[in-house]
Amino acid sequence: MVAKLGIKELRKGLLKGEFTVREIVESYFERIERLNPRINAFITVSRDMAIEQALKFDENPHSIREKPLGGVPIAIKDCLCTQGIKTTCGSKILQNFVPPYDATCVKRLKEAGAIIVGKTNMDEFAMGSSTEHSAFGPTRNPWDIERVPGGSSGGSAAAVASGMVPVALGTDTGGSIRQPASFCGIVGLKPTYGRVSRYGLVAFASSLDQVGPMGKRVDDVAMLLQIIAGRDDFDATSVSIAVDKYCDNLNDRINDMVIGIPKEYFSHKIDPEIQQAIEEAIGIFESIGVKTVQVSLPHTDYGVAAYYIIAPAEASSNLERYDGVKYGLRSNPDKADLTEMYLKTRAEGFGPEVKRRIMLGTYVLSAGYYEAYYKKASQVRALIKQDFDLAFKKCDALITPVTPSPPFKIGEKVDDPLEMYLNDIFTLPASLAGVPGISIPYKLNSSGIPVGFQLIGPHFQESTLLKLAKAFHREIEYNPEIPEL
Amino acid sequence: MNYEAVIGLEVHIQLLTNTKMFCGCSTKFGMPPNTNVCPICLGMPGVLPVPNKKAIEFAIRLALATNCTISPVNQFARKNYFYPDLPKNYQISQYELPIAENGWLEIETKNGARKIGIVRIHMEEDAGKLIHDENKPLSYVDFNRAGVPLLEIVSQPDIRTPEEATSYLKTLRDIVVYLDICDGNMEEGSFRCDANISVRPIGQKELGVKTELKNINSFKNIQKALEFEIRRQTALLERGEEVIQETRLWDPAKGITVGMRTKEEAHDYRYFPDPDLVPIAIDKSWIEEIEKTLPELPGPKRKRFVQQYKLPEYDAEVLTSDKNLANFFEEVVSLFPKPKMVSNWIMSELLRKLNEEGCSISDSTISASNLAELLELIDDQTISGKIAKSVFEEMYETGKRASTIVEEKGLKQVTDADFLEKVVSEVIKENPKEVEKYLKGAEKVIGFFVGQVMKKTQGKANPRLVNELLRNKLKEIKNDSV
Ligand SMILES: [Zn+2]
Repeated sequence: MVAKLGIKELRKGLLKGEFTVREIVESYFERIERLNPRINAFITVSRDMAIEQALKFDENPHSIREKPLGGVPIAIKDCLCTQGIKTTCGSKILQNFVPPYDATCVKRLKEAGAIIVGKTNMDEFAMGSSTEHSAFGPTRNPWDIERVPGGSSGGSAAAVASGMVPVALGTDTGGSIRQPASFCGIVGLKPTYGRVSRYGLVAFASSLDQVGPMGKRVDDVAMLLQIIAGRDDFDATSVSIAVDKYCDNLNDRINDMVIGIPKEYFSHKIDPEIQQAIEEAIGIFESIGVKTVQVSLPHTDYGVAAYYIIAPAEASSNLERYDGVKYGLRSNPDKADLTEMYLKTRAEGFGPEVKRRIMLGTYVLSAGYYEAYYKKASQVRALIKQDFDLAFKKCDALITPVTPSPPFKIGEKVDDPLEMYLNDIFTLPASLAGVPGISIPYKLNSSGIPVGFQLIGPHFQESTLLKLAKAFHREIEYNPEIPEL
Repeated sequence: MNYEAVIGLEVHIQLLTNTKMFCGCSTKFGMPPNTNVCPICLGMPGVLPVPNKKAIEFAIRLALATNCTISPVNQFARKNYFYPDLPKNYQISQYELPIAENGWLEIETKNGARKIGIVRIHMEEDAGKLIHDENKPLSYVDFNRAGVPLLEIVSQPDIRTPEEATSYLKTLRDIVVYLDICDGNMEEGSFRCDANISVRPIGQKELGVKTELKNINSFKNIQKALEFEIRRQTALLERGEEVIQETRLWDPAKGITVGMRTKEEAHDYRYFPDPDLVPIAIDKSWIEEIEKTLPELPGPKRKRFVQQYKLPEYDAEVLTSDKNLANFFEEVVSLFPKPKMVSNWIMSELLRKLNEEGCSISDSTISASNLAELLELIDDQTISGKIAKSVFEEMYETGKRASTIVEEKGLKQVTDADFLEKVVSEVIKENPKEVEKYLKGAEKVIGFFVGQVMKKTQGKANPRLVNELLRNKLKEIKNDSV
């Protein structure tokens, strides 16, 4: 049964010769074939390439040992460029786009021996919190297929949660890794902005986007981060600060650490079971020697407003390149009218949520409005960052809910963008501040839906978050479950 | 009423970096369409720009050469507009924190030197090029030029006449060529200019309504376009009409400017800081390092040539118009320290020859040391000036040294007085009629005798010595006959 395997068990089995790489890959594909029609986690499955790679490993078994992820199947969110594999970004405008190059994180994973099994579904251009805004249909939550898996990395989260793949890459702009990880009951880490190269990540909001790992276990996430983190000469915003030894440090002692409880994150209406779970989690941390302290991040409530100015502004510019001239969809190809080609291509190619954000972003950057909106939002962002800097003088990490409520029903919020945007209220501030955040699964609620919490750390302290998460899971003897499907 | 023009120029120069502004593609000109391209300069999904350090260095060079203040923090910004030659539909440029501001340039005008202010210099990337099918309603895009680094240099509206505008542009072009940051080629588009121009009654402080002129791609066109626009605007004002603020296109074939778009139709570029590029810090030590490598600029060099070599202003101007020519001159002078003679030979002989062949000084087959040797041979009277010119021709053709040619052809000037006296006596003996004429007072005949002596010596006789010997000899005959 491959569904429950983590990287470690999988590698152990391969190295002991209990199964071949091909067998492993095939059994994941069998699962994908069986489950994906119901879950719709994958947009593209790259079976032939994966089998070819698997055979290479099997022909030369010591290469499995040589590479840290040798033979490990992985799914990649469809906004990360994969050479020779369609990369749609969940959009009709890129429905046939095959990149001529690999994103840096993809390249690093391949070099480490990982085998890409497919590209996962997402909200179009990563704009959304439910994976309903995909041109390829919504992804369903494996724990309750009537509910959303979260978004925008809903495909990656659902694929991992349902055991169609052991690990996956997601991207997070305002919560897009942490929120679906939470909804699907897996571990998802958004690294510090600049920790992982964005080269090859199809941009949504450049100053917020970050690539991160998703897996069933903290160890899996640490292993992936170890491979993808680090400075990249192709990304001027990537940082050359040394990469920690995430895996080696994972079991370090944490009993002198302090966790901060930010009061603003608990002053909202939160689902009682989520509230209850976090209180229990705090108790568990205290029981293993972690101290807790009350802290305040006074500008938290402005996060949503600032985010929904900055992100659409950047998106409106980033998405200008989809014009029908060079690649992707071109509507009206026979009529010799440039403006009409632009209008038709973009009208047909983009979905309603993307259009909404392009309009919003174009507006806030317009002459006469720039100062009032974009400039002001940037100032608010600086204050939010300052909140975190001050809070981290008193603690090593913050504990917060990931979302105010559990996964909602498919279609429930799709016509109410504001309600949808508020779902990101607890994940947005860390994105704006550029600090790392991790979503940690804890247990199932009374309806059998996963509940967890978020830890937020200071810049480049992913290690702290992983150690705390690992210690928590060790203490509760966490054993990831796979939903009955 | 008399009107004056107020002109400000925006110059775009293409930088001579080997690679593009934000990717590793070559900037080589004239390649087949879409061969100097990669995912980055094609604006593929997911790509990111990484700034070219050399381009920033070039910008600092120009900032120093134009007396600008260099910003310690540089921010790239996006200028958003849709056009098919712009791969991302935004151009990475600079807006709020350009690399340099508040400089000036000194230009020569007919009323003497003038300072023209520079508002700012900023870095940006070039766009591609559209090629329209003449037969079908089809357009093609060539992205080879997309992403080539540019600097935009914006002048203050300090320029008053088309002549000053031309002088400003020539001065700026000389500087960028001297700095080795741009080839200054207007025809190939590596040095482009737009002009903002308004007119106002002389004495009026407020500026008139301006128009922006585009598509002026040669010095001649700039002069003509500005002259036309001044006439057009002045005529409007004189008729009591208003100038409309708009962008106008220069039509070189018709010699007129044509309205392109008005202020209302102008783009809203929605500038904002490019989040893909972190602000670039330029510290003092970097500037100082670059300053050390800065060459002497054309203006100061011209002044130095006048002072140090006592050259006329005109010679200095010609010699310093090209950095390599100026270096050549100084090299020759260092070996043969008679600057005016060196300058004469370079300007009248060498440049004539080079111009004939459409070559520049770096193509010259005559090296500085060979030219110095030739001048030395003239100066010590080894050869005459006339012989020297034919030696020069041969040097240019063959690349041989002057002394080798003189040796091989036996062109050494004859200065042996005893030998020449014999020749002079012969010539006098052979031409009694001319002697007769001389005795009757026809002094001019002396030229005939010189010619005869030269003929007998294949032109190698020292003409001054021949002259002297002839006069003495004829004087003797005259005295004898009295
Ligand atoms: Zn390129």
